[in-house]
Amino acid sequence: MKSLILKTVSTTLLPLLILFSVFVLLRGHYLPGGGFIGGLIAAIAFILHAFANGLTQTRKVLRMHPGFLIPIGLSIAILSALAPIILTGDPLMTGLWYEKDIAILGKIGSALFFDTGVYLVVIGVCLTIIFTISESV
Amino acid sequence: MTVFLIVILSSFVFSLLLFGIGQKTFQRMTWFAALLPISLFIYFSSFARSIMDGEVFNFFTSWVPSLGINLDFRLDNLALLFTLLITGVGSIVFLYTTQYLKGHPKLMRFYVFLSIFMGAMLGLVTSNNIITLFIFWELTSISSFFLISFNNTESPSRKSAIIALTITGLGGLALLAFAVLAAQITGTLSISEMLQSPEVFANHQYSVILMVFIFLAAFTKSAQFPFHFWLPGAMKAPTPVSTYLHSATMVKAGIYLLLRFTPHFQNNSYFFTTLLIVGAITMLYAAFQTLFKTDLKGILAYSTIGALGIMVFLIGIGTTSSITAAIVFIVVHALYKASLFLVTGTIDHQAGTRDVTQLGGLRKVLMPLAIAGFIAALSSGGFPPTIGFIGKDLIYEATLNGGLNPTLLTTMAVLTNILMVFAGLLVGVKPFSGKKPEALGEIKKPHFLLWFMPMILAALSLLFGLFPAMVEALFTKNITPLLTGEASPHLAIWHGFNLIILLSAITILGGIAIYFFWKPSHKKESGMLKFDAFAPKSLALKFADLFQRISYFLTRTFQNGYLRRYVLIILVLLTLVFGIHVFINPRIFLELKEIKALNWNEIVILAMMLVSIIFTVFTKSRLSAIAGMGVLGYTMCLIFVFYGAPDLAMTQFSIDTLTVILFVLVLYRLPKYLKLSNRTNRLRDGIIATSFGTFLALTIIEIMNENPIKSTTQYYAENAYTLAKGKNVVNVILVDFRGFDTMIEIVVLSIAAIGVFALLKLHLKKHEK
Repeated sequence: MKSLILKTVSTTLLPLLILFSVFVLLRGHYLPGGGFIGGLIAAIAFILHAFANGLTQTRKVLRMHPGFLIPIGLSIAILSALAPIILTGDPLMTGLWYEKDIAILGKIGSALFFDTGVYLVVIGVCLTIIFTISESV
Repeated sequence: MTVFLIVILSSFVFSLLLFGIGQKTFQRMTWFAALLPISLFIYFSSFARSIMDGEVFNFFTSWVPSLGINLDFRLDNLALLFTLLITGVGSIVFLYTTQYLKGHPKLMRFYVFLSIFMGAMLGLVTSNNIITLFIFWELTSISSFFLISFNNTESPSRKSAIIALTITGLGGLALLAFAVLAAQITGTLSISEMLQSPEVFANHQYSVILMVFIFLAAFTKSAQFPFHFWLPGAMKAPTPVSTYLHSATMVKAGIYLLLRFTPHFQNNSYFFTTLLIVGAITMLYAAFQTLFKTDLKGILAYSTIGALGIMVFLIGIGTTSSITAAIVFIVVHALYKASLFLVTGTIDHQAGTRDVTQLGGLRKVLMPLAIAGFIAALSSGGFPPTIGFIGKDLIYEATLNGGLNPTLLTTMAVLTNILMVFAGLLVGVKPFSGKKPEALGEIKKPHFLLWFMPMILAALSLLFGLFPAMVEALFTKNITPLLTGEASPHLAIWHGFNLIILLSAITILGGIAIYFFWKPSHKKESGMLKFDAFAPKSLALKFADLFQRISYFLTRTFQNGYLRRYVLIILVLLTLVFGIHVFINPRIFLELKEIKALNWNEIVILAMMLVSIIFTVFTKSRLSAIAGMGVLGYTMCLIFVFYGAPDLAMTQFSIDTLTVILFVLVLYRLPKYLKLSNRTNRLRDGIIATSFGTFLALTIIEIMNENPIKSTTQYYAENAYTLAKGKNVVNVILVDFRGFDTMIEIVVLSIAAIGVFALLKLHLKKHEK
């Protein structure tokens, strides 16, 4: 697919879409959205880029193998689940919250980190599967 | 408190430690392994004095308190008896093996499994929580599996190991069922607390089922007829394993379980009668089999089964004297049988054969070993002044005074014991007496440990026989009252001339007579094999074979590797379920008014859906079919948007996009046209798809008419903000209320990605495929 229009648009869309996916991730606790859907949107953004510019270009933009996002995401999720045991001695996965509101983000708690973990895992899984399949075809 | 837990778990830690040491270093310091059982033996001995005074030790560490599962250990006198047996015989076996398997390339692995087994066995006999009892019980089965198949390059070893695991595993399942049921009806998982309401066990409406489960567990583990056949097969293991697991300790776990629960079934005559019958059949059958075996270990295997039969039989008589006899017999049997096994092992190690018809005259070379074998044989035969003599006295005293038919019971006991005398003499005396056959060749002197270890056990048989008060003080004085509530009879070697002495004399003379007049031979052994077709072993194997063929058939039918077949089976089954439901129980109402209330945009969406479906079904190109599916997915998103589920809509939208991309990638290189199936197949698929859709729709309409239970929804809606500080209930459920599910889901996703990556990136060379 060597369409100049798509190529031009996709390079501009990539950062915008990723920004949007982060926005969806962050608003998840109060409004429709969340880590899973955010991750899917980010994955689609990269795939769109890959369609327009070829896989090698997208890999360059990514700088690392998308598979590495999986262990990173899993670790963040597990750490956020373990945090209450370590920090306050509560049972696994108890929600911990920072009392004050933070600008833009709103309240910050362990659930947000957990969701970020989910977000990264979903990107990693989708991209790994689709990149692998498209390379092997 | 925690010290005891550490002690129980130390064997497991120790086995990990052995792994850390590594095979090579371990070969040079095998004595190191023996430190574990010896120090454990010393530790448990330190309790002996207080326990002899009637104290009971409880060690409690909570584990999963919400389920009532705790690391709850209780060291009473019965547990002490078993812990001393396990660690005592364990020390001897650990030391013996350093020489027996010297230089074996897998020696470290052997000690790893042996340590795991010892820890499991110690946990089993000290557990006061029935669930941990079950866990340790299964661990002994598993470690036994690895030890039987220790020579894993030999097919018979592997097969025997699988049979043993299957049979004992079956018993393990029964034990779990027993545990769950017992916990249900008593409301506690603690064994000692269950005892506070023994009438529950005896008179509950499920007491028969309870008994079936506990019998299944105990009989499989303790090799009772008709489950006995795994034990002779287990003799494929190296001799130290047979000594330790399959005669001295593990097979007695079933006996332990029965003894432990005897008080619970105190007044239930079915419990005791079943034990009596099964024990009697087992002991007579197994004792009879010893006549026809020529392999020393084969003889010992059947005499072990016979001994276990005697124990079950004694518990079944159910009187104070019979329980005492059973306890003494556990000690007697462990000492002489372990000794005989080790003697056999040394003979095998030095002479290279275990065939009793080819052995003889070994006393000249293996002198100290011959003494050990001789004493063990005496104890096995119940000759005075060994502890075996006292054990046999107690058995006769129990049969003469107990049960409905003392004459019958005594006759059976005498018959069994005569054959046990014979078996003992055959193993402990025959290889050493007479002339040495030419075929045996030069025999070297064994290492010190190879004769000294059986000697220790034999000497203990003699020592306890001379001083029976030791056994009484250590074990029977407290255990008998614990199990029966009555004081134990006094143990002594001489009760004066009476019927029991007469019976003992008959037994000994009868055994000696058979020993001199009946010569085991291969001809007799193969003659016996003709009856094998009816033996429980063959029947069980046939059943297993049938089972395997059925599962092959099912696999071929349902798992043939074609995705279309899987989808077809799933849809047909669901159609049947929905269809039957709709026909049997129609509660479908449609409000026509609601249908009329459709507005124009909904009608447009429906029309788009219909068009895309028809297009997908009838198009000739794969890619356009996929595009059609994509359109269908997007229109579905619109419906979600109209009905107020933006979360669903967003997810559906992205998933659909990704699915279409995936499909395109996969199908890109396939032929363009998709007319692959013939007319009949298409028709069949069409009918199945339509009926599935119809019935699903009908079921959904029915669900709409139901009044759903709102409590769950309400809980989440009310608490999402107060407990989890979130306003989006869906997301709060995902990351907080049911966050653990999400955690598992992302793990599953990761595994799927790794799977795809590994499958597609795997470039095998030709010879690896």
